[in-house]
Amino acid sequence: KHIMTLETRDMAKSYENGGCGECQTSCGIANQKCENKNN
Amino acid sequence: MIHQYKMNGYNIVLDVYSASIHVTDDLAYDAIHLIDTGLSEEEARAELKKAHPEASAQDLEDTFSDIDELIAKKKLFTTDVYEKAAGYLKKQSTVVKALCLLVAHTCNLNCSYCFASQGKFHGGEGLMTFETAKRAIDYLVENSGSRHNLEVDFFGGEPLVNFDVCKKTVEYARSIEKQHNKNFRFTLTTNGINLTDEVIEWANKECYNVVLSLDGRKEVNDRFRVDRGGHGSYDKIVPNFQKFVSKRGDKSYYMRGTFSHFNTDFTNDIFHMADDLGFSELSMEPVVTDPSSPSALTEDDLPTLYEQYEILAKDMIRREKDGKPITFYHYMIDLQHGPCVYKRVSGCGSGTEYMAVTAWGDLYPCHQFVNDPKYRLGDIWKGVERTDLRDEFKECNVYSRPECLKCWARMYCAGGCAANAYHATGDIHGVYEYGCKLFRKRMECALMLKIAEAEMQQNGEGVAMPHANAAAVRC
Repeated sequence: KHIMTLETRDMAKSYENGGCGECQTSCGIANQKCENKNN
Repeated sequence: MIHQYKMNGYNIVLDVYSASIHVTDDLAYDAIHLIDTGLSEEEARAELKKAHPEASAQDLEDTFSDIDELIAKKKLFTTDVYEKAAGYLKKQSTVVKALCLLVAHTCNLNCSYCFASQGKFHGGEGLMTFETAKRAIDYLVENSGSRHNLEVDFFGGEPLVNFDVCKKTVEYARSIEKQHNKNFRFTLTTNGINLTDEVIEWANKECYNVVLSLDGRKEVNDRFRVDRGGHGSYDKIVPNFQKFVSKRGDKSYYMRGTFSHFNTDFTNDIFHMADDLGFSELSMEPVVTDPSSPSALTEDDLPTLYEQYEILAKDMIRREKDGKPITFYHYMIDLQHGPCVYKRVSGCGSGTEYMAVTAWGDLYPCHQFVNDPKYRLGDIWKGVERTDLRDEFKECNVYSRPECLKCWARMYCAGGCAANAYHATGDIHGVYEYGCKLFRKRMECALMLKIAEAEMQQNGEGVAMPHANAAAVRC
């Protein structure tokens, strides 16, 4: 009733699944998209 | 760790480690703050009752019930368990993903604030030969493992001074793509002087992104961006950029300006590019220069800059509602499909996955380290010889910087720019604090924008979002 939560990527799940390393280098990380199609 | 702030009528709570974003009413906002100060739930209830005498017992009950539910779902007050992820990607293997080709150590402009000293990178002038560029492409293929997508930036100096080599390099890379199962993504950063019809046609065919350098209003642009005779470049480059963008179709580009102490009202430059010149993909970056320079940004400038970032965010909401949206590089975050934890704590990739190649084939960690003898990694014929240096860059992440451990924004910047840190503190593991302050403000604005977007969507669906108070003004 008092809090609304935006839908965001599940960080804990992404940690459990390991990183695939397919993403680009980033000059930025905040506005980068994941290149793993399974995301 | 959490971060709470109010902006544009929203009470915003970021849970740092789950990256969850919550919008609350005043009661929940204060309750979360009280719990964050270390009070027990019972103590927090008592304090909250004092602060909000108008709240009913049921309101208090519901508020703490909401908070407990989020804690149980691990979306609030989560802890940092990700240290092992730092460096994981880089330790798996050293795959090169991208090269920055400095095809021209010279420039047809003479901008005094240029980090690359007018393209010469504090050294001599020179152009990359096709043979060197070809070898750089081969080096990238040989060192990229099974990675399919490879990025190559044409950079300088002004890369279009050496356009013939850019063309031949792309032609060569395309000829070996299939054989090696690679897909080259070429990008170009240009000052626009040599943006001819031939270049436009080539860039629109071959470059998946193009950065166009323009500082905004004519008097702002022409203060720094001048030719060798001291003449401003605005009147030459703007028509070229407009022609380029008109033919760009749906392919990526963005205008990239630099603001300094002389134009801390930089939103006026962004709005000029959007409203008067017709560009919609925009970026304005703070100048990074010697603090003694008259153009250097100062601590006294910060309140103005913070205000400017908010003005921009609110104006972007208005434009979105008006059906004429613009983008701003730092506000383009993707909450659902953004980077995983491993990427968020690993750093940008400079010195490991990304390197700059000089016109003579030397390798440096990135374009901002070029010609610093301490940071020469090797060359494209012998490869990386300074593996100790590469290992040092592998360790560049949020956990290698003590200052970052207290920062709520670290899951969004991965420790920031190693080059800026080095130039500000003399250590790539240092922190460029001024840049951090601006980054945090930009992130607050970017998150607020995502909330406003969500609210616009929900308004269409008839769902109300909690907010600070009914009188709060929003765009």
